[in-house]
Amino acid sequence: MSKGSDQQLIDRIAQEARLGRVSRREFMSWTMAAGLTASTASGLWTTKAHAETPKRGGTFRWGVHDGNTSDTHDPGTYVTRQMIFLAHQYRSYLTMINPDNSLGPDLATEWSASPDATEWTFKLHEKATFGKSGNNVKAKDVVASLNHHRGEKTTSAAKALLTDVTDVKADGDYTVVISLARGIADLPWLMTDYHLAICPANDDGTIDWKSGDGCGPYKIDSGQFGVSWALSRNDGWHGEGAYFDKVEMIVLNDPNARQTALVTGDVDCISLVELKTLSLLERNPNIKVDNVPSGAAITMPMFCDTAPFDNVDVRTALKLAMDRDEIVEKIAFGAATKGNDFHLSPVQPYWPDDIPQHEYDPDKAKSLLKKAGAENLSVSLSTADSVFSGAVDMCVLYAEQAKKAGINIKVVREPNDGYYSDVWLKKPFTAVSWGARPTPDVMFTLAYSKDAAWNESHWKNPKFNELLLQAKSELDDAKRAEMYREMCLLMHDDGGTIIPFFNNFVYARRSNVMHGESVAASWACDGARAPSRWWFNS
Amino acid sequence: MGDIVSLVTKRLALGLLTLFVVSILIFFAVELLPGDIAEAVLGQSATPETVAALREQMGLNQPAVIRYLHWLAGAVTGDFGTSLVSGERVSAAIGPRFLNTLFLATYAAVIAVPFAIILGVIVALWRNTAFDRVANVLTLTSISSPEFFLGYVLILYLAVRTNAFPAIASLQPGMSFIEILHRTFLPALTLVLVVTAHMMRMTRAAIINLLSSPYIEMARLKGAPAWKVITHHALPNAWAPIINVVALNLAYLITGVVLVEVVFVYPGVGQLLVDAVSKRDFPVVQACCLIFAATFILLNLLADVGAILTNPRLRHPK
Repeated sequence: MSKGSDQQLIDRIAQEARLGRVSRREFMSWTMAAGLTASTASGLWTTKAHAETPKRGGTFRWGVHDGNTSDTHDPGTYVTRQMIFLAHQYRSYLTMINPDNSLGPDLATEWSASPDATEWTFKLHEKATFGKSGNNVKAKDVVASLNHHRGEKTTSAAKALLTDVTDVKADGDYTVVISLARGIADLPWLMTDYHLAICPANDDGTIDWKSGDGCGPYKIDSGQFGVSWALSRNDGWHGEGAYFDKVEMIVLNDPNARQTALVTGDVDCISLVELKTLSLLERNPNIKVDNVPSGAAITMPMFCDTAPFDNVDVRTALKLAMDRDEIVEKIAFGAATKGNDFHLSPVQPYWPDDIPQHEYDPDKAKSLLKKAGAENLSVSLSTADSVFSGAVDMCVLYAEQAKKAGINIKVVREPNDGYYSDVWLKKPFTAVSWGARPTPDVMFTLAYSKDAAWNESHWKNPKFNELLLQAKSELDDAKRAEMYREMCLLMHDDGGTIIPFFNNFVYARRSNVMHGESVAASWACDGARAPSRWWFNS
Repeated sequence: MGDIVSLVTKRLALGLLTLFVVSILIFFAVELLPGDIAEAVLGQSATPETVAALREQMGLNQPAVIRYLHWLAGAVTGDFGTSLVSGERVSAAIGPRFLNTLFLATYAAVIAVPFAIILGVIVALWRNTAFDRVANVLTLTSISSPEFFLGYVLILYLAVRTNAFPAIASLQPGMSFIEILHRTFLPALTLVLVVTAHMMRMTRAAIINLLSSPYIEMARLKGAPAWKVITHHALPNAWAPIINVVALNLAYLITGVVLVEVVFVYPGVGQLLVDAVSKRDFPVVQACCLIFAATFILLNLLADVGAILTNPRLRHPK
């Protein structure tokens, strides 16, 4: 039986189960007969067969972490999770990441590129409206919103993302044309970046971000930065969903306050769970935990132009001297995906599935060091508590593991304040935490291309850089996938970055809060879109 | 009364001088922090160009002394400037938060001050009994535990186990006064537990100290009941030290509640200060700290005035 027809059979059984025609026991035995394991079948019963049609109504109280009083509505300086979560409620983007991690339409209904990918045309949804003013969203709003991140004077953090954009212009009321200096096949993916929110345009071509008006699924009724926000449904929203009538976002920075609020039912969902108490929370029958692999990575860059890291055998030895299973289990409490020393996670586009995993192999590491003439290697590794919770512990554990390979790693604990200005990019071997970027091109260009300001490992591989440029404008998906596979292999074998793991998003909700079969992995809480995608099971 | 007025004027003038010194210290302490506001605002996406553009926009390219003098010139006329990050007026950013902090401090003080003083009088009356020992052990335990720990214990028993009070004290617009009292009860109770021991023990010590004086002996000999000896004869002479301790604790209720605010997610001025420091938002940090400093100066002044008013001997120095 082929894979496809198996899936058809399972879908049919699930369909029957939804209609109540089969019991759980029958469902289990049939799906297992169709080739599923017991645990998969059981999971399928709860998600697929039991999935309900969303219901409208209720107030979704959402406890979010990382909010600061000094945040603003300026999309160019969104930096905290509070603003990223809020932005996806009151504002819209041209495109969005779907729950299955594919790219889907948001404000733009369709898009197309010129053959060399230097000119992109986006068609806008004609029904989209701004929640507060009730005005229709027009091409001029999109043009102004994108231009907010461009030009000499801009203070936007997304400036680097749009450096290749030479012109953004409206073609009629509902078409936007973006011209590029060189072909970028990923442009529609880039439009999901959280800074590129669409705001109402002023007459002079700037945007009105101060009013907090937007064309998202909800509109802001009241709120305070770093405290809480009250939103209600934007009836003129162009998309599907927004099942809740109202959304209350409460900033809960303290992990304990967050968890207590969920346990006592003061909120319906929290955006981050403290991993140390994850197993205790999972025992609570009123709470469901979502543990979702993400593209956010922990990296340990080594300067490839500084001894001893200038020798590829030393770099590989350090990669093999790490027991990633133990680190995932003890530092991330199982809520992480093992890294393989290329900066692309299994939930991201173009992830190659056939690159052999770097396993813990102290003996091989030892022999590589011998070959490099660097036996009894001694290196310093800089880290700080603020990199991520457990960063210092991880480095100490790694140092212990590396001892078996005869490597002496001296863990240097640096001050939290100013770690990214004084230590990162300055010391030759550091621990770093990276947020997910939408595509491999963005990530590789940012931190692995030879001239990048943030080339944290000083890695300058000619073949890699050549492929990176080629892949940028390649519109043939199969060819691009092959290029990215080759680049990943180069990072894996020659690169200067150890990637211990990719963090999972771990968030929790009351058990009466429902979501679809899969959740997007771009941000916590279903790509930060929980309020517009989830619903209450009454 | 004349000497009180001159004392108050003198102390207020000194207070202004103190505030000025404090403002200099704070400005340069913020300057000393590694990293700067532009980097903090842009986070991981900071590229050298955008950081430079933002610095220019915020006026950070001027030398530190010039920026301080600019701020000072505004502050003297009562204008504390705008937040560097959000562009909001500092007064608008701090105002509602400071009212929240004052509300919580008042709520806690209204419970704690009478409770501590009455308890202090009772344990002085029944000194060295089992009641005295138990009261001392309990209040000393609560003052010795860090606030966040007390908060968590209260949350565990009064919110998670019994659901009597909400675990987070987030305020929403349109709440009734009773609702607000209910929502903020746990943080207020935590503060009560933290400040009670100090005030109670000072009351107890001051009264016991006086009980050995000859005039108390006299009162006893003429047959006054024990409680009357304390309230009529001992307490009036014990007010000065008690008022001092009460003032000190009131100042603490306003300035020292950051941890309680974090644990209970209460939108007070402490959390604002922490956020502002993490962003190096100097005008906000400065305004918060000056409010705290002014609180201390004013409450200390009030304590001294109170001590003089309750003690006729201090009012008529020989």
